[in-house]
Amino acid sequence: MCLAIPGQIVAFSAELPFMARVDVGGVQRNVNVGLLEEGEVKTGDWVLIHVGFALSKIDEAEAQNQLRMLRAMGEDALALEEVLGYRFAETAAGADEIRR
Amino acid sequence: MKYVDEFRDPELISGVLRELGRTVDPARRYRIMEVCGGHTHSIYRHGLRDVLPANIELVHGPGCPVCVLPTGRVDDGLTIADHDDVILTCFGDMMRVPGTRGTPLELKARGADIRMVYSPLDALRIAIEHPAKRVCFFAIGFETTAPSTALTILRAQAEGVTNFSVFSNHVTIVPAMRAILDSPDMRIDGFVGPGHVSSITGCRPYEFIARDYGKPVVVAGFEPLDIIEAILMILRQLHAGEARVENQYKRIVPWDGNLPALRALARVFELRPYFEWRGLGFISQSALALKSEFAGFDAERLFDVAGLRVTDPRGAQCGEVLKGVLKPPQCKLFGTECNPEHPVGALMVSSEGACAAHYRYSLHAQEVPAAP
Repeated sequence: MCLAIPGQIVAFSAELPFMARVDVGGVQRNVNVGLLEEGEVKTGDWVLIHVGFALSKIDEAEAQNQLRMLRAMGEDALALEEVLGYRFAETAAGADEIRR
Repeated sequence: MKYVDEFRDPELISGVLRELGRTVDPARRYRIMEVCGGHTHSIYRHGLRDVLPANIELVHGPGCPVCVLPTGRVDDGLTIADHDDVILTCFGDMMRVPGTRGTPLELKARGADIRMVYSPLDALRIAIEHPAKRVCFFAIGFETTAPSTALTILRAQAEGVTNFSVFSNHVTIVPAMRAILDSPDMRIDGFVGPGHVSSITGCRPYEFIARDYGKPVVVAGFEPLDIIEAILMILRQLHAGEARVENQYKRIVPWDGNLPALRALARVFELRPYFEWRGLGFISQSALALKSEFAGFDAERLFDVAGLRVTDPRGAQCGEVLKGVLKPPQCKLFGTECNPEHPVGALMVSSEGACAAHYRYSLHAQEVPAAP
């Protein structure tokens, strides 16, 4: 329930700056970074994701820790399933922007 | 020590365990509550109880959102799906939680339009895609999850979406900890504080527990090493006669929490005067309702929600297990009528529930302890 999934930001939406494209184990999905301070994260940064929102910025070493922990907890498949399950894009325009 | 070997630096874990062995007072008995369901899961998954000194008892706390949701609230939420024009959405954990008329999954099989989502934003997306339907999100979760619901409501407002609502069952962990501390049949020496909840709330909300109740609180991560370290830190405080809030999970938890998330919570939600928790009863100011400003998104105002109170299924002792008064196998239904395939109570549903974790990881390994 409180699954937190590490991912790396690969792009931001130009139109909706609180939406980021995040890579989780090779899968890319839109994630809302509106719970972080404005400008707190940039492309290349790692974040912990929970129900489609970035909860906190983490460093790469901690991201690897969290990934290993998901594996050890047997929750890595569940985490990937969750990320794959994110279908939202806040607006069609925002989604297109982010996909470019 | 079945699972610990998979983990980071077994040497380090052995070292901390040796230190714990040196620190523990064999003449003393320690009862330590891990508040968070994620910790409960990790403790069972990694067989931590088997490697801890025998006089350290871990009591499983109320930090599992579906487990503390009373049946009446499940029923209330599911009546919303009775309307023909409603699509009810909820997280996967919620889909198998039994209400009086069945689980959301069973109601779906009988024709109700109930859909699983992984994010509240997906519920909002469904609303945008189905303008002729009313889409309700059955929101559950502690402070980890509530800010996401808050931002989703703010998005719905910004996008001018009028067919989206939230049935808020968001709860806050600190009043539940206070209720446990005030409970006469409760004897807890210290708390392993929740990890991800604290990444939002920070550590300050726990300070009254140390100050007013004289109990140590150590906020911890989810790895075996994190949990064992936190227990060691609690023991050290107890032996020194101290009670402080310490942060073992500094790599994720800032002392002051996540300010933008706290601002979003304060913008959208207000504390309810009281809310019913399974096993703990009514706890004042322990849950979040939408502010009247957001009444247009509040399912409790838009739908006729009865406010049902339903007693636990006959024989099920979820409440006692939730309070730590009974261990999971001491419940009369454990492993027989109530099992993960056919859960009677919510503690058997979620992997964070004490009963599901106990069933899965230690049903055959542990003796059934005598009732206290």
